[in-house]
Amino acid sequence: MSTHAPHPTSPSATDSAAAPLVEMRGITKIYPNGVLANHEVTFAVRAGEIHALVGENGAGKSTLMKILYGMERPSAGQIFLRGKPTTIHSPHEAITQGIGMVHQNFMLVPSFTIAENIVLGTEPSRGAFVDRRAAIAAAAQLAQQYGLSVDPEARVDVVPVGMRQRVEILKALYRGADVLILDEPTAVLTPQETHELFTAIQRLIQVGKTVIFISHKLHEVMEISDRISVMRDARLVGTLDKHEANERLLAKMMVGREVFLNIEKTPAQRGPLVLKVRNLEYATETGVEVLKGVSLSVYAGEILGIAGVEGNGQTELVEVIAGLRTPLSGVIELNGKSIAGLTPRQVRQAGVAHIPEDRLTNGVALTASIQENLIVDRYTREPFTRGGLMRPAAIARNSEALIEAYAIRAPDGSLPVGALSGGNMQKVVVARELSSQPKLLIAAQPTRGVDIGATEFMHEQLVRARNAGVAILLVSADLSEVMSLSDRLAVMHAGRIVALFPSTEGLTEEEVGLYMLGTKTMSQSEIESHW
Amino acid sequence: MEQALQAIFSATFVAAVLRVTTPILLPALGGLIAELGGVANIALEGIMLISACAGVLVSIATQSEWLGLLAGLAAGIITALVLAFFHLDLKADIILSAIAINILASGGTIFVVFLLTGDKGSTSALVSRQMPFIEIPIIKDIPLLGPILSGQNLLTYIAFIAVAGVAIFLYRMRAGIHLRAVGENPDAARSVGINVRSQQYLALALSGALAALGGVYLSMGYVKFFARDMTAGRGFIALAAIFLGGKTPLGTMIAALVFGLAEALSVQLGNLRVPNQLVQMIPYIATLIALVVYALVQRQRAIAHQRRFRQAPTP
Ligand SMILES: Nc1ncnc2c1ncn2[C@@H]1O[C@H](COP(=O)(O)OP(=O)(O)OP(=O)(O)O)[C@@H](O)[C@H]1O
Ligand SMILES: [Mg+2]
Repeated sequence: MSTHAPHPTSPSATDSAAAPLVEMRGITKIYPNGVLANHEVTFAVRAGEIHALVGENGAGKSTLMKILYGMERPSAGQIFLRGKPTTIHSPHEAITQGIGMVHQNFMLVPSFTIAENIVLGTEPSRGAFVDRRAAIAAAAQLAQQYGLSVDPEARVDVVPVGMRQRVEILKALYRGADVLILDEPTAVLTPQETHELFTAIQRLIQVGKTVIFISHKLHEVMEISDRISVMRDARLVGTLDKHEANERLLAKMMVGREVFLNIEKTPAQRGPLVLKVRNLEYATETGVEVLKGVSLSVYAGEILGIAGVEGNGQTELVEVIAGLRTPLSGVIELNGKSIAGLTPRQVRQAGVAHIPEDRLTNGVALTASIQENLIVDRYTREPFTRGGLMRPAAIARNSEALIEAYAIRAPDGSLPVGALSGGNMQKVVVARELSSQPKLLIAAQPTRGVDIGATEFMHEQLVRARNAGVAILLVSADLSEVMSLSDRLAVMHAGRIVALFPSTEGLTEEEVGLYMLGTKTMSQSEIESHW
Repeated sequence: MEQALQAIFSATFVAAVLRVTTPILLPALGGLIAELGGVANIALEGIMLISACAGVLVSIATQSEWLGLLAGLAAGIITALVLAFFHLDLKADIILSAIAINILASGGTIFVVFLLTGDKGSTSALVSRQMPFIEIPIIKDIPLLGPILSGQNLLTYIAFIAVAGVAIFLYRMRAGIHLRAVGENPDAARSVGINVRSQQYLALALSGALAALGGVYLSMGYVKFFARDMTAGRGFIALAAIFLGGKTPLGTMIAALVFGLAEALSVQLGNLRVPNQLVQMIPYIATLIALVVYALVQRQRAIAHQRRFRQAPTP
């Protein structure tokens, strides 16, 4: 079924000594819906290297790797392993040929233990029964061997994200993977966890494994990889050695134009107080106290950043302010009026816009069209509704204008949002929120999983809104992002604000890191002096 | 009243509870397997009815209870496989397909009975065989326990043994573990080479088999004939038992026993001078109350947690 596409750059037989461990030649993939995801891609990985694969959202990276892992079949092209042509029609066949993959979205069974997840599908057994003790022993032994610490008997749904990822890696190693594909492994990790992951990857290389690594974070790519392949619009536009590459060049190859990695911004013109939060307390339904007296102020025309290791209450803080969770006690005022305990719609009508952290579940309705997603917060109002009936023409006009203004890459507004790439989905959310003309914008992880071009765009939009006098509360796990965007910076740790810097001038990531880890805290009076 | 209390606190009453729990417990265990496999089977009611009917008709024709049992089992499994085929291969909605099966079972069984016997109500005019009742030596002579544990129908024993069997299957055996993995995260299962479709076929087939045993028990254990709509909602009560039981085999059994108790009570009170219609409502009302109590308990628990936090001194 696969026809070998002739390719001018096929390696000659003479350098077979350097025959790559994995070679994908002339791979083309057209999805049933007609999307061309890979176009005559030739991609080679040498034994024992860390090979990074970068590219914008929707460039076709995951598709290429799914083909290598047998989850998708190429429309054309051929795969060679150790110089020999091969076919991989299922993950099972990939596994038996020594290829393992850790997916962008974790593939774990939540209620199973770590050991059960690691051995799933190839359990050590006695007859029809699973030998649980052997499974636990195997998991523990493997974890020890590769220095990937996990607790084999813990349930997967209660352990932190970093450990879940180690479970995924161990799962692949347990099945004897020599080539390990990691699809955006660091998108969900804290800087510390990323560091641990990199150490583990180095160790894997030392014992003779080969790693393919996908990431949007170019500094990570430069830090860890030996070679880097860049994809753009379904094509592979080049493979570079690390010493030939730098972040600026990679960004340019990915986007096809010069990208500005530094954020240009003028000093803030601080206006009146917009958001006042005092002694905010919140506990989950199961009684875990998450916010233990958070106080902060955001003024018109400034960006207040909140740095912190994820899971220290940032998510809950944002959702309490946005009206999605009810606080136990405390003050939340917008322009002097309390908005605590209001419904999300009332909070929005008071002038709060919210770019949620999890865009797939809270930011967009995946099966609804772009048009519909762009009016979900205002469809009850003029000009979208008149006399209780929706007005399609007005709705279409609105979406055309926003698609244009926010450079959303979509043929037209009737497309379901689920068909867009991650970066374009995020643009839909940003377009809706900013066009609501808010007094306060809460942006939670606005650039997570978003490619470099779209990230640049988000940053521009945030700064532009700030300059127009919007008060912005920015929460991000990406330390360099909050530090470069924020005018003032707060650090959250264990449900409290532990530091508040009146300016990010001269502040180092190391310094902020100490507060993030809770090793340092500012005195309450010093924090209050910067309110 | 005194008479009623006496009846309730007797060994015969406990034995009756086990007897009426059987046709709830068996389909509930089947439904549990399907539920955990990610293919909620709400056709339990219809499958029971079809099996009850097939069992009796074959047993009448062959005068063999074993062939009747086999026929009931086969009918139940085939019906479940039809549901699986609609859902897994033809991609039909499983709830709608199951509703169709339930409706078809209700009308279809009585149609077949009419064709074969000329009676639109039941097969009670004909002699069916019954699954054996088993006297356990020694145990049957123990006072009090004897009449409870001994002399039950074979299928009642099978139902309670199946609780352990299903637990072992789901938590210790490869097939059961794969089945649960498929139910919880099909993508994860698929990515490690587990065949999702065949696991779900297996889950539905097993649920069909267990529901079939429940149906056969109704027509060839509990009584000796098939009657129109004789399942009387037990297939749905079984579904409630699964959720009340927290989707575990043991919990499901306990929930089924509670419903069994309610039904035994209604039978017992039916002998007294209480209006029949009221008494017959008991099992259904018990189901409703149980579900409401369950929801309230869940909520109360959450509120209690919040309160505990509120009262904790702020550091
Ligand atoms: N199953 C699918 N069916 C149809 N189209 C798909 C499917 N999966 C991906 N696509 C489309 O194929 C293109 C490439 O997607 P792919 O997931 O490979 O991109 P990516 O480079 O991994 O992007 P990201 O960085 O956002 O993960 C996109 O336009 C995407 O919308
Ligand atoms: Mg991807």
